[in-house]
Amino acid sequence: MKTNHMNQFFVHLILILLAAACLFPFLLLIISSLTQEQSIVRDGYSLFPKEWSFEAYTYLWNQSSSLARAYGITVMITIVGTFAGLLISALLAYPLSRGDMPYRGLFSFLVFFTLLFNGGLVPTYLVFTEVFEMKNTLMALIIPGLLTNGFFILLIRSFFSTSIPVPIIESAYMDGATEFKIFYRIVLPLSLPILATIGLMLTIGYWNDWFNGLIYVTEPDLFSIQNLLNRMLSNIQFLQQTNIGGNNSTAAASLPMNSVRMAMAVVGILPILCVYPFFQKYFVKGLTIGAVKG
Amino acid sequence: MEAARATQAAIAGQANHVKKQSLLWKNLKRYRALFLMIIPGMIYLIINNYLPMFGVIIAFKDINYAKGILGSDWIGFKNFEYLFKTADAWIITRNTILYNGSFIIINTVMAIGVAILLNEVKKKLASRFYQSVILLPYLISMVVVGYLGLSMMNVESGFINKQILPLLGIDPISWYAESKFWPYILTLVNIWKNVGYLCIIYLASIIGIDNEYYEAATIDGANKWQQIRSITVPLIMPTIVIMTLLAIGRIFYSDFGLFYQVPLNSGPLQPTTDVIDTYVYRGLMTLGDIGMSSAAGLYQSIVGFVLVLVANYIVSRKNRDQALF
Repeated sequence: MKTNHMNQFFVHLILILLAAACLFPFLLLIISSLTQEQSIVRDGYSLFPKEWSFEAYTYLWNQSSSLARAYGITVMITIVGTFAGLLISALLAYPLSRGDMPYRGLFSFLVFFTLLFNGGLVPTYLVFTEVFEMKNTLMALIIPGLLTNGFFILLIRSFFSTSIPVPIIESAYMDGATEFKIFYRIVLPLSLPILATIGLMLTIGYWNDWFNGLIYVTEPDLFSIQNLLNRMLSNIQFLQQTNIGGNNSTAAASLPMNSVRMAMAVVGILPILCVYPFFQKYFVKGLTIGAVKG
Repeated sequence: MEAARATQAAIAGQANHVKKQSLLWKNLKRYRALFLMIIPGMIYLIINNYLPMFGVIIAFKDINYAKGILGSDWIGFKNFEYLFKTADAWIITRNTILYNGSFIIINTVMAIGVAILLNEVKKKLASRFYQSVILLPYLISMVVVGYLGLSMMNVESGFINKQILPLLGIDPISWYAESKFWPYILTLVNIWKNVGYLCIIYLASIIGIDNEYYEAATIDGANKWQQIRSITVPLIMPTIVIMTLLAIGRIFYSDFGLFYQVPLNSGPLQPTTDVIDTYVYRGLMTLGDIGMSSAAGLYQSIVGFVLVLVANYIVSRKNRDQALF
């Protein structure tokens, strides 16, 4: 098929413009984090600042205790949440995928009904704060809403049903393996693609979560990166006021607040930007199997 | 005679009962491991999803923390009366539906357009690059988007006020105080964030179209536009319809982050940017008005539930296995 060069030119042109529009905000973010504060105050956020400076990052480095703590919290809830979520989802999805599981229809319905009807914010909040008293705990950052949901379980179940041949399970059973052994030794290793995909979605979900922190956490010690960012967005002095175990010697006047905000945002998305190229394949796959089933 | 037959029936009945019981017991024993496996997940769903469902009774009570949830008085539909008497109920419903409705239409059109463009690109590497970049905004949190917005719309130093408007000779605009721009701002941000994700789905559909159709059309002398109109769009129509229907089913639920973070929770903007989700949030966390916010939440859940059922029903009529269930 001959390539129409005029067509290609226009197609690339439009796509380049779109890509540039998508990238522009990120570019502005990174550049303003490296801009001298006075430049921002005087001339505004710009792609071509008059003065460059590392002062925002230096400031963050000095504040590193609060930042490091927030990072630690975020990393921890992401790792714990992802692993726990994967485990629970797979454990629930596997029996649902087995044709011989008793009451399979009932359990499947119970799982997927949660996708249709939602109790709402108020009851959920009251359940976690009044009934389980999770306010200001780490659990509150891991458990509510993010650990797993019917959608993930559905995806995993479909994968188990279509990609794990029943004869393998049956012959293992004949050989005397227990269900748990079958799950651990046969099913899980065969399911790495779907586990990678769901794991990725869980990771991004936990890394980016700010909502749980917003409603369940008021202790600055328990803030994740996104929560820190959130507070700083509304309260520009927040980082200054809450020196979590850091040095308290701050001359209030010339603190680089604007560029510091930008630098913090960069810090908040840097890990995702870094791992993105490596995992893009899995992510795209996850999105496609999720929406265009079969 | 009668007595004998009755006894026989009784014994048979009992034997049946015992058989059923032992079958259940045998099931439990044999599938013990599988039942154990589903326990963690089910416990989580009970805590996270089913317990709150029972919490819908909160909307019908006058919650007094001293008495606890179960001990508080029932007040029937009073909360709903208060809610729907205010202008708020209308405003948030209108906003939710208008925003989500236009999001669905605009995002769909744009995503299909970008997908078609991506499909046209001959160099695989270039197409993958474009796709990566366009998907990137989807992967960052709304808080960071709030920051990006700030860098653009800050009154004194934002990019727009300082770099763009002077070029056009317009005075600086107080973005976070003027509500008339926000429908456009929020729509634009929503497109920026979600087009990449939607476009992947439509692209997957487009790739599935058999090349022979296009070849035949080229032989018949059809140009690109005609081919897109007569081949591409009709053949991905099932996907379009399903995605749209499912989105309509969720029309009562907004992206909370979008409406809370990007406007920076600014007061003057509320009539334009308030949606059901932000209303419920504010009612609960800021005002402490449990009654109204739980009524609004239940209102949202019920309407949402009905819409999802209807949308899913229509989808399953069209294409059995695309439906959720």
